[in-house]
Amino acid sequence: MTVELYLNGKYVGGVEDPVLFIEQFKSERRKGNISANNNIGYNEKAGKISIESSKGRARRPLIIVKDGIPMLTEKHVKQLEKDEIGWSDLMHQGVIEFLDAGEEENALIAFSEKELRSEHTHLEITPMNMFGLTTSLVPFANHTPTPRVNMGSKNQKQALGFYAANYLVRMDMDVNLLHSPQVPIVKTMMHDIYGDEHHPAGQNLVVAVMSYDGYNMEDAIVINKGSIDRGLGRSTYYRPSITAELRYSGGLVDEISIPDKEVKGYKSEHDYRLLEKDGIIYPEAKISEGDVIIGKTSPPRFLSSLDEYNLAAATRRESSVAVSHGEQGVVDFVLITENEEGNKLVQVRIRDQRIPEIGDKFTSRHGQKGVVGLIVPQSDMPFTASGITPDLIFSPHGIPSRMTISHLIELIGGKVGALAGRNIDGTTFHSEKEMDLRKELLSLGFKDDGVETVYNGRTGECYRAKIFVGNMYYLKLKHMVANKIHARARGPIQLLTRQPTEGRAKEGGLRLGEMEKDTFVAHGASLLLKERFDSDKTLVPVCEQCGLIAIHDAHKNRSYCPICGDNVEITNIEISYAFKLILDEFKSLGIYPKMGLTHKY
Amino acid sequence: MTKEYNKYKGRLPSNVLEEVREKTKGMPEGRVNNILKEVCSEYNKARVEPGESVGLVGAESIGEPGTQMTLNTFHFAGVAEMNVTVGLPRIIEILDGRKKIKTPMMEIFLNKPWSNGKDIRHLALSIKETTMKEIMTDLAVNIVESKIELRLDNAAMKDVGVTPGNVTEALGKQLRGVSIKKKDDLIVIKMKSKEGSVGDVSKVKEKIKDVFVRGVKGITQVLPVKRNDEFIIIAAGSNLRDVLPLKEVDETRTITNDVFETAEVLGVEAARQIIINEVNKVIDTQGLNVDLRHIMLVADTMSFSGDVKGITRYGIVSEKASVLARASFETPIKHIVNAALVGEVDNLNSVVENVMLNQPVPVGTGLPGLVTKVK
Repeated sequence: MTVELYLNGKYVGGVEDPVLFIEQFKSERRKGNISANNNIGYNEKAGKISIESSKGRARRPLIIVKDGIPMLTEKHVKQLEKDEIGWSDLMHQGVIEFLDAGEEENALIAFSEKELRSEHTHLEITPMNMFGLTTSLVPFANHTPTPRVNMGSKNQKQALGFYAANYLVRMDMDVNLLHSPQVPIVKTMMHDIYGDEHHPAGQNLVVAVMSYDGYNMEDAIVINKGSIDRGLGRSTYYRPSITAELRYSGGLVDEISIPDKEVKGYKSEHDYRLLEKDGIIYPEAKISEGDVIIGKTSPPRFLSSLDEYNLAAATRRESSVAVSHGEQGVVDFVLITENEEGNKLVQVRIRDQRIPEIGDKFTSRHGQKGVVGLIVPQSDMPFTASGITPDLIFSPHGIPSRMTISHLIELIGGKVGALAGRNIDGTTFHSEKEMDLRKELLSLGFKDDGVETVYNGRTGECYRAKIFVGNMYYLKLKHMVANKIHARARGPIQLLTRQPTEGRAKEGGLRLGEMEKDTFVAHGASLLLKERFDSDKTLVPVCEQCGLIAIHDAHKNRSYCPICGDNVEITNIEISYAFKLILDEFKSLGIYPKMGLTHKY
Repeated sequence: MTKEYNKYKGRLPSNVLEEVREKTKGMPEGRVNNILKEVCSEYNKARVEPGESVGLVGAESIGEPGTQMTLNTFHFAGVAEMNVTVGLPRIIEILDGRKKIKTPMMEIFLNKPWSNGKDIRHLALSIKETTMKEIMTDLAVNIVESKIELRLDNAAMKDVGVTPGNVTEALGKQLRGVSIKKKDDLIVIKMKSKEGSVGDVSKVKEKIKDVFVRGVKGITQVLPVKRNDEFIIIAAGSNLRDVLPLKEVDETRTITNDVFETAEVLGVEAARQIIINEVNKVIDTQGLNVDLRHIMLVADTMSFSGDVKGITRYGIVSEKASVLARASFETPIKHIVNAALVGEVDNLNSVVENVMLNQPVPVGTGLPGLVTKVK
C-alpha cells in the first residue's frame, strides 16, 4: 500500500510501508539525526503522512513511553535534582519530545504513571499540563465543576496586584496597584513556578459564610470597615495624560503654555490656576473635574478663510488637556520629553487612591465573584468565641447551585495554614487531602469542619447556628464603581442628530432601547412613550402647499416657503429632529417627501 | 327555556352557551337567567380591550420564554432512531414559513383492524420508501458485454415484502433502453443499443441504486408505536398526498408536521392548526408556558391571506401598509425607493412610524377616540 507523503502541506512523494517509515522517522528524530522541530502525523483513513516543520504550531512536551515503561527514570530525576542535567539533555537522550496537534492524533498519552499500559506511547509530565497558567493557580480545582474553574482562572487575570517593580518610572495606561498584597496561604505548585512571591495579587482574609441582613444576597459580599481601615483592598489607580506640540503646515506649531485670555475657547482663570509658568501642572497638585493639567494652544483651524474676513489677527485655539468628567486625583509624576518626530511631548501621571466602596468587585479564586453590598463597622460585625471578627461575609447561597467545593476546602485549608503557620498545598490532583487538613484543624483546637460559635455583633446574642469561618485568598478586581458610575438628566447632544451623546466619557444618555420601548407600547402608555423619546424634538415650519419644510425668519418674525413664497399657509409641527433629518436625506436622494398635514384631534 | 338562551345568542360564543345549557339542565328559569347574566359579564371581562397591542404582547410572550429554550435535538429511542428538530430552531423554522423543513415527520393513524396491531410491522415497512440499494447485495458491471448483474438480498426483500416480480417490474418501468432477465437471485440488465459506451453503463448502474421499488416516496423511516390503545406509525419524511388514499390509513387523523404540505393538501385552515400545534408542542416539551391565544394570533397572521406566509421581510412584513414601518424592519433602501417610484402615501396608522416621528402611538392612551369625541 502506497501512502501519500506531505511536507508542510506540499505533496513530496509516496511511502510504501507507512508504519515502518514513521517508526524510523521518530527513532532518527529521538537520536538527534533529524531536528526535534519536526513532527510526523499519519492519517490512516485518508492515506496521508504529513511532516510538519513550519513555525507557529502549538507543541507540548511529553515523556516518551516504550513498552509501558517511561523513559524518564529515577536516575534522571536524581540527576535533575542535583542540577547535573537539564531540559535539553533529556531531549537529546530521547526522554522527552514535543508533539504537535497532528502527531498527537496518533499518540496514546497516559494521564499518570499508574494507568500506564503497554499500548501507551507517551506520558504526561504532570496532570497539571492540561491547564494553563492561571487555571493552575486555582487551588483544589479538581473538586469543582470546570465552568467555575474557568471563571476562577479568568477572574485572576483581572486581579489587582503588584505588576512591575519599576512602576514609578512607567507611563502605563490604566494601571492599578494593590497597596498591601500578600502571598496566598493556600498555594499551588504554579505559584512557586511563576514567582508569586514577587507578584502577589490578593490578600488573605478571614471569611465567614453566613447571611448579614440580606446585604450579601445575590453574590454580594459584606466587608468589615475596620479591615478596610487597616488596608484591605486599598489600591492606587494611575492614568497618564499625554499631549504633544504638533507641527502643522505653514510652519505653525502648538504651544504648551498657559493660554492667553484672548484665545478662542478660553476656559476660566480658575481652571488654569494649577499650571506653572511652563504651562504644566506641578507634582502633588490635587486636581478635580475640569482642572487643566497641561495648558496648550493650537493655531486656528482654517487659516486661509479667516484672513479675509477676520478683523482681529487670527486667534489661536485652546486645546489644553483637562481632567475629564467625574475624575479626580493627585498629580504623581510629570515627564517632559520628545516624541519620534522630535516634538515636545508632555506626560503627566495622575494617581488616585481607591478605598473599597459599595459596588467594588472582589472574588475568591473559584469563580465566586461578588460585589461589595455593605461596609459594616467592626463593632457591628459578628465575632467568634475566640474574638475573631471576619474581614468578609460570604453568602452560603452561592455554594449549592455552583458546587464550588474547592472554595470550601480552601477556607479550611486557609484556616489550618493560618493557625499552623505554614503554607497549604492545593495543587490540582496533588493537593493535601481534605481529611488530613481536618485532622490538623482538630488538633489545633478547632472543630474539624471549620464551624465556630459566632455572636451577633450588634446585640451580642449567640447565633443558634454554628458558622463556617476560615481563611481564604481574596482578590480585588479591576472593575471599580469609581470608574463606572454614571447618570445624566440633561447634557451634551450630538451635532448631527440632536440626540444625546453615548457613553460615560461623553456624559451620555442612557438609551431606552427597542425592547424597553415595546414595554411602553404593551402597557398602552402612548403619551409616556412619546415623552421618553422627545429628547430631539423640534418645531418645524411646514408649507401646506408643497408639503416641505419651510423657513422661519426669526429676525423679521415671519415664515416663508423657499419654493412657494410668502403667500402660503405655513404651520409649525413638532417632530423628532431625526425624522427631519431623514426627510432631508430623502431629498438628497431625489425623493420628494411630501407631508400632508391634518389635525390629529 | 330556549328563549332565555336565544336572548344570549350572538352575545356569547355558541360553545359557551352550549356548555351553560348542559350544566343548567333542570334549573329554574330565574336561576338560569342569573347564571347567563353572570357568564356574559365574565365573558366580556375576559375579552381583550380595544386599543390593546395584542401583537406586541404576543411577541413578548413568545419571545421571552424563547430565550430560555435549549438547542438540543431530541432522539427517539427504538429500533429506528429518528432525529427531530425541536426547540428554538424548530420555532424559527415554523414562524419563518420555510418551504423545506429540516425533519419532516408524519403521524399516520390507521383504520381497524390495522390500528389493533394487525400486520403492523409489515404495513409500516410497506409505507417506507424502498429503493434497489436496500434490497440487493451485489452489483457487478460487465463492460465487455455491456451488462450489469445484480444479486437480490432475499432476507431484506422478505423484510419489506417485495417479490422478485416487483423488482423486475420496477426496474423495467424506471430504466430506459435496457432488457431485463431474471435467473434465480440474479437479475441481468443488458443495454439494448450495441454502441453503448462505458459511461452509459455506469450511468445505468448508478440509476439502478435509486430505483424506487415500493412504498411511499419521501418516507425514509417508519416506527410503529402504540399510543392510547392503538397502533400508529410515526414516519420520518412526509408525503401526505400519497399516504392519505391508502386503505389502511385513517385519513381523518393522519397529520404531518410540514405546514406547507398541509396547506397544499388539506387547505390553509389545516395549516393554521398545524402551526398552532407544532409551536405549542415545542413550547410544551421545553417545559415553558405560553398562552395558546398568543400562538393562535401568530398562526392567524401567517395564514389569513389564504396561503401560509412567514414572518420575514418576504412574508407578512412585506404586506405592512406603512412604508416607514417596512423600511424600519429590513432592507430600508429597497422599500423607500419602491415607495418613491409609485408615490406611496404613509398614513402613519401604526406604532413604528409614530415612534419615528415622536408622535403618540395609536394604542392604549393614544386612542382617546375610543372614549370621547375628538374631532
